[in-house]
Amino acid sequence: MTAIVSAENLTVTYDDFLALDTVSIDVAPGESFGLVGESGSGKSTLLRAIAGLSPVTSGRIVLDGKPLDAKYRDKAFYRQVQMVFQDPYGSLHPRQTVDRLLQEPLAIHGVADAERRILRALDEVGLGSSFRFRYSHQLSGGQRQRIAIARALIIEPQIMLLDEPTSALDASVQAEVLNLLEQVRRDRKLTYIMVSHDLGVVTHMCERLAVMKNGKVVERLSSADLVAGRLSEDYTKNLMVASKGFVRNAVA
Amino acid sequence: MSTMLTVDDLRVSFPTRTGLIEAVRGVSFTLGRERLGIVGESGSGKSQTGRAIMGLTPAHAKVSASKLNFAGIDLLTAPAKVRRSLRGSRIAMILQDPKYSLNPVMSIGRQIVETLRTHENVGKREARDRAIAMLEAVQIRDAGRVFDLHPHEVSGGMGQRAMIAMMLIAGPELLVADEPTSALDVTVQLEVLGILDKLVSERGMGLIFISHDLRLVSSFCDRVIVMYAGKIVEELVASDLGNAKHPYTQGLLNCMPTLGTDRHPLPVLDRQPEWAL
Ligand SMILES: Nc1ncnc2c1ncn2[C@@H]1O[C@H](COP(=O)(O)OP(=O)(O)O)[C@@H](O)[C@H]1O
Ligand SMILES: Nc1ncnc2c1ncn2[C@@H]1O[C@H](COP(=O)(O)OP(=O)(O)O)[C@@H](O)[C@H]1O
Ligand SMILES: [Mg+2]
Ligand SMILES: [Mg+2]
Repeated sequence: MTAIVSAENLTVTYDDFLALDTVSIDVAPGESFGLVGESGSGKSTLLRAIAGLSPVTSGRIVLDGKPLDAKYRDKAFYRQVQMVFQDPYGSLHPRQTVDRLLQEPLAIHGVADAERRILRALDEVGLGSSFRFRYSHQLSGGQRQRIAIARALIIEPQIMLLDEPTSALDASVQAEVLNLLEQVRRDRKLTYIMVSHDLGVVTHMCERLAVMKNGKVVERLSSADLVAGRLSEDYTKNLMVASKGFVRNAVA
Repeated sequence: MSTMLTVDDLRVSFPTRTGLIEAVRGVSFTLGRERLGIVGESGSGKSQTGRAIMGLTPAHAKVSASKLNFAGIDLLTAPAKVRRSLRGSRIAMILQDPKYSLNPVMSIGRQIVETLRTHENVGKREARDRAIAMLEAVQIRDAGRVFDLHPHEVSGGMGQRAMIAMMLIAGPELLVADEPTSALDVTVQLEVLGILDKLVSERGMGLIFISHDLRLVSSFCDRVIVMYAGKIVEELVASDLGNAKHPYTQGLLNCMPTLGTDRHPLPVLDRQPEWAL
């Protein structure tokens, strides 16, 4: 496989704390790759390291065959790689209009044709042009997440880093946003790396996944293997069991 | 099964500049020593239902009911003092966001100890031991260390568990748990549910478990009330969720991606205006 993104023996430390411990993943072009594991296992740290936002102490990240600097990311990088976070409240400035929020990345990257792109982006995420001059604090959680996705898509990246993009949403709204993410991936042949604590969501969205624990990848498998229970780690098994809901008496 | 709580035609509304927001519109149910789930999307009125029972409705809102009775006490006419003392001892609520329930300037351990000592006459030493035991019971590792930390020094999940410990140490008869595990990992979530479960089965506590997660609720509760736009649209025996009649309930169940079902795109809710009537 020729990977579009790989992490090679990536290590991230905060003071003395090993948040990522020699982690390696390879993601193929056009693939949707999942990261699962309990909270604190390092999933966000890995995504953020790819985006140049975590203090990498050793190892490297290779994008399109070219190794990246440990910290510095140039504009061209963000043109190619965009990130969507869990919290649609935190990631969008509440006192800005949707229009401003969508203008900003275009201005940063010097992209012409703003008018057409904004209308197209709004249309693509299922919000009409009537939303264009609303403030983000006037939007529901699902609408905000659509705007966050529109903002990431508007400069036409190839790769999207999705950190629990639907965890803060109602199930019904989650379904709409997941459908949207699948649709744009298909239309634009995007590559996704997606974090979720929900195995149902990850297996729905991703072909392959890595299971993380204490800053390490403990298992790599396909979604089909996970669904069929073909897994080797007890840790993964526990995540599986837990995802099926509460079982009386099984909990001591 | 003896009824400890009766809620009949509960209504909660908020006057605003643009008109009256009716958050709860005629909710009725009874609760015994059991686990009752309340599910529905955000904004459906679950929290305001729980808060009205607790007497924690915001001051500017209006609450009415034809009956709101806990263990023979009429909550609608009970003096504020009575309600406050009920809240500290016989009724407790776990909130979704621990930030609002833990005191930021007091160590976690001291908050739990003070809660315990307002209910029971126990010595300092015993109070400390029991607080630490309760922190361990909610699966906090290194409870002795966490005892001395302030809320801002622990993660969200740990803060949530500390708050659960604080609520449980008073040994309430009725517990309203408002999305108590939404911020927790599934594995920890199940441990917390295990603790709540024991309180119901062993101590006979009555539990109202509020959640947006229909599947989780149905695996845990005895009965489930489904709310939409401030009303109950359906009540079900939890094990019978598969036979839900209301299209809203069915829609909520169907739209979740689950292991081993392969549906692209996922079905989405097709909201009908008559659901909100
Ligand atoms: N900025 C930071 N400073 C110190 N520790 C951090 C920081 N960011 C993350 N960590 C720690 O790194 C570990 C992994 O965190 P994270 O990647 O956010 O986990 P996940 O996304 O899997 O829940 C956690 O123990 C977390 O507390
Ligand atoms: N302080 C308030 N002022 C006005 N409306 C409110 C207030 N608090 C809640 N509401 C409204 O009441 C409705 C029900 O809210 P809530 O009970 O919190 O829903 P849920 O817990 O099911 O998400 C919502 O439409 C919400 O906007
Ligand atoms: Mg994370
Ligand atoms: Mg609520």
